[in-house]
Amino acid sequence: MADQDDFLTRALRARPSGRTAGGPGAQADHSVNIETRDLRIFYGDLEAIRGVDVEIRNREITALIGPSGCGKSTFLRALNRMNDEIPDARTEGEVLLDGRDIYEPDTDLVALRRRVGMVFQHPNPFPMSIYNNVVYGPRLQARLRRDEADEIVENSLRGAALWDEVKDDLHRSALDLSGGQQQRLCIARTLAVGPEVLLMDEPCSALDPTATFRIEELMIELKERFAIAIVTHNMYQASRVSDRTGFFLLGELIEFDVTRRIFEDPQDERTDAYVRGRFG
Amino acid sequence: MRTRGFNIWEWCIERIIQIAGILGIILVILIFLFLLQNALPIFAERPIGDLLTGDTWSPTHGEGKFGMLPLILGSLYVTVGALLIAVPLGLAGAIFIAEVAPRRAREILKPAVELLAAIPSVVFGFLGLLLIGPWLADVLDLPIGQFAALGSLMLAFMALPTIVSICEDALHSVPRTIVNSSLALGATRWQTITRALLPAARSGVIAACLLGMGRAIGETMAVLMVTGNAPVMAEGLKGFLRPVRTMTATIAAEMGETAFRTPHYFALFAIGLLLFTITFAINTIADIIVRRGERDVA
Repeated sequence: MADQDDFLTRALRARPSGRTAGGPGAQADHSVNIETRDLRIFYGDLEAIRGVDVEIRNREITALIGPSGCGKSTFLRALNRMNDEIPDARTEGEVLLDGRDIYEPDTDLVALRRRVGMVFQHPNPFPMSIYNNVVYGPRLQARLRRDEADEIVENSLRGAALWDEVKDDLHRSALDLSGGQQQRLCIARTLAVGPEVLLMDEPCSALDPTATFRIEELMIELKERFAIAIVTHNMYQASRVSDRTGFFLLGELIEFDVTRRIFEDPQDERTDAYVRGRFG
Repeated sequence: MRTRGFNIWEWCIERIIQIAGILGIILVILIFLFLLQNALPIFAERPIGDLLTGDTWSPTHGEGKFGMLPLILGSLYVTVGALLIAVPLGLAGAIFIAEVAPRRAREILKPAVELLAAIPSVVFGFLGLLLIGPWLADVLDLPIGQFAALGSLMLAFMALPTIVSICEDALHSVPRTIVNSSLALGATRWQTITRALLPAARSGVIAACLLGMGRAIGETMAVLMVTGNAPVMAEGLKGFLRPVRTMTATIAAEMGETAFRTPHYFALFAIGLLLFTITFAINTIADIIVRRGERDVA
């Protein structure tokens, strides 16, 4: 496992994409893509995340579960610094992406967010065509030739298992798609900027069971290429798709382990109570 | 539905609300009919083409010439000028209030801008006539401190609160997730505003500009005071720096002095009818755009 991850991390870095992956401090553990160390997040005086250490590994799906308000979404947003958008949020501790702390003052936010993509709870395509949704991210960085853009659109939509459904009318408004299609479009849009890590914040909570199933299938496909972290309320989802699971309660990470152990043999009685549905 | 039998009180309230609702529509229709009735005789006397495209407005000379083109052009110059000033300013102000200003500043700024709408237009007229006009004439070396662009400036002040307020509402009603998605895709704040936020709010922004335009085209007092009152054909870019007279100002200036039911009188009503049609069209277009936008966002 470790060897495989090592290979993949190197392969990712070797991609000729001009981004500043790695860097001097990057020799740490290559099987890990994002790692938090004593991460604390405050909203004003409220400590929403209280010293969390997690490793989100390459080619794995890491599920974050816990009752509402436990801080799992806050934690997820810390991983690509989306909490910066919240006026009185403050972050302490380290978030290491390939060994480099993304909260260092010289971090390039634009580059960071391209490396760590995010899919949100509600499907939220931009009110423009399917095509323009996908090329939105790439076009922020450079002018694209027609054929380059076409290629990105096809690859991204194929990656998000949406191509076959929309290839004949790419210039239709994205808002005409069904909820599940819209969410896959949002995933395609994120894939188009070439991320290394995918963060998904309850990506299926607004979808029906069939659409949910398709997204779950897609996640399992995508983990061959990325590290994926998913926040979910749905414990069946966590147990179905994830390799590791972390259980959050009141801003603390109570337990973090291989998914099967969390669900079948949890070490903490609070985890046990939650996964058995006794609260939350 | 009613199981308790007939309730006279309920019935009265329902009728009162119904009448209040219908009254608005009836009033608009009555005003339109009134305008039509008083304008029709001039159409019988002069061909409508001559009225709309005639280049001389000289109602008291001989039989009177009622070419409305100078007045239409006057309104057009003043309104277009006002939009050229007010739309960029209003948009920038709305973006600043919605996206850039800290939360507390936002709470003060928006009511402050809306308060601009409470200033009576005659005050703007005074301001333009006595202060800004003479100063601009001095700076730009103009023969007279009353000209079309000065009216535009005053109208821009007056349309600004409408534009800022409605634009800001439109920007604010764009779901936060649109902004967050854009940022999460590696967009800078500016890219997010121009490429995601404005396109998502475009229907509201366009409607705001149209409503501002409706306000500008119908405004009378300030333009009457500052645009020089000369019903001459505005020409080219220089027209902005020459005196003009708008449709509204013509009605206001001449209605008091014209004899009842003369051609002049009817011609003034014809101008009113034209104005009514224009603002009605603008408001309808704005309404359609807003509705289409609501469908898009939902």
